[in-house]
Amino acid sequence: MNATTSTSTALGATMARESAIPTRRLVRTYLAEARYESVRMLRAPGFAIPFLGLPVLLYLLFAVLIAGAATRGNPAVASFMFTGFAIFGIIGPGMFGFGVVVATEREQGLLRLKRALPMPPAAYLLAKGIMAMLFSAIILATLLAAGLTLGHMTLTAGQIVRFLVTGVLGSVPFCALGLLIGVWTTTRSSPAIVNLVYLPMLHLSGLFYPLPKTLQSMASAWPAYHLHQLALDAVGAASRGDAMTHAAVLAGVTVLCGLLALRRLARIG
Amino acid sequence: MSHECLAELSGVHKRFGGTVALDGLDLAVGPRELLAVLGPNGAGKTTAISLLLGLQQPDAGTARLFAQPPQALAARRRIGVMMQEVFLAPELRVREQVDLVASYYPEPMAVDDVLARTHTTALARRPYGKLSGGQKRQVQLAMAIVGRPQLLFLDEPTAGLDPQARELLWTTMRELVAQGASIVLTTHYLEEAEALADRVAVLAKGRLIASGSVAEVRALVARQQITCCTSLAVEEIATWPNVENVTRDQRGLHITTPDCEAVVWRLLAADPDLTRLEVRRAGLAEAFAELTEETPS
Repeated sequence: MNATTSTSTALGATMARESAIPTRRLVRTYLAEARYESVRMLRAPGFAIPFLGLPVLLYLLFAVLIAGAATRGNPAVASFMFTGFAIFGIIGPGMFGFGVVVATEREQGLLRLKRALPMPPAAYLLAKGIMAMLFSAIILATLLAAGLTLGHMTLTAGQIVRFLVTGVLGSVPFCALGLLIGVWTTTRSSPAIVNLVYLPMLHLSGLFYPLPKTLQSMASAWPAYHLHQLALDAVGAASRGDAMTHAAVLAGVTVLCGLLALRRLARIG
Repeated sequence: MSHECLAELSGVHKRFGGTVALDGLDLAVGPRELLAVLGPNGAGKTTAISLLLGLQQPDAGTARLFAQPPQALAARRRIGVMMQEVFLAPELRVREQVDLVASYYPEPMAVDDVLARTHTTALARRPYGKLSGGQKRQVQLAMAIVGRPQLLFLDEPTAGLDPQARELLWTTMRELVAQGASIVLTTHYLEEAEALADRVAVLAKGRLIASGSVAEVRALVARQQITCCTSLAVEEIATWPNVENVTRDQRGLHITTPDCEAVVWRLLAADPDLTRLEVRRAGLAEAFAELTEETPS
């Protein structure tokens, strides 16, 4: 080993020691990224208003004003509509927050800048995931308030907690699906492609109305169907299938979409 | 790699499909220097910087940042970056943008200090999306230096700035170098390189064709320009030895020559009434144009 190489090695070793950033500092990095991602999306009216406002407005319109008589007299209908609109609400921030925003940030150079800066690689995606979960929590909380006061829902404290946990964690597979779309599309095409998956999924997974028999078997192809069943189970309503199977399908969607997206992201940046 | 090197490309080759972006490029950045990387469009400047930042991998050769692969987080904690075409979140306020980047570094500057230093204190509470182009560049500079970087990469930092904002940014860059930082500056403004750079690296067709101080690069180009008012005919002067080009306009006659003294003596001998004689050494712009034109394919 010559002198130059040994100098380089020594410098590298010194830096490796220096690279051990204190855990507190690292946590601050993750928290700052998550906080500012959430703040910016909450401040973006084009994102925050439709995603936070629409689910509860549509729930009030359909489940309270239009079908109020049905939900008053039939707890199963009330639960079906309540959980259906909840799942509709939590899919959006994940799919659009990742799908459209990642595609845009890739194209506009922000992701490139963050990769050049010493941001821990996971911080960017984790921040977006936390943002989607925060939006989900707000949506679920407003729906709970509407459902418990006007939608004829009766839930125990345990059911409320289980419903919230299911909904918030349930947004993760849709983040992964959105990410997969975001890394394959451009700023211009991403909204169309996300909608191409989002809109059929809303209707064909049976969130808003019972599907005809011919479509019922196909509903299980959509992750929204599995999350809806888990949400029904959480509020004590009748659901189809086994909760573990639904959870496994959602975990599988998360892992598969996440890995494919990360692989693509590593290649294209 | 020399221990004096903060960043280095060594024998780097990079292709994009059939296009050769870098062709055996060697480039090193030393401590406390402002290196201006110049080159025409497609010369390989962006690719070279991308390799140093770890955004791309070389096909052959090595890229090192502080004696480490550029992807190493430890190496990147010692750099600051200002990119030319980047759209930051318009909803975040200036202070928040800077605070976010500060969170990536182990020992960042206080946000207030960096805002003061980049003359952006008055913008601290304004949303980034509401700033003018020049203000955005100033904020991006604040983000680039908040981590106390030892090496700064500035890509066209003054593009689109008014003269006052440009002068402010130049002052900040000079201060940073005086305080021990190194800067890699890519710019299309040759007067910027001339005013700031300790060293200039001229790239063309993916190769380093010249490197040295501004004076050294200018000296590589032997040609000089003689301007005068004379009644001598353009056609006559064009036949003289060592005269490469002769033109006439309203300012007078312009002669390009590698042997200035001989041509001046001959001019004076041929026209004793000659007036307004002016001899000019090639500036960085002329040197750049000549060097990049002469690069063989």
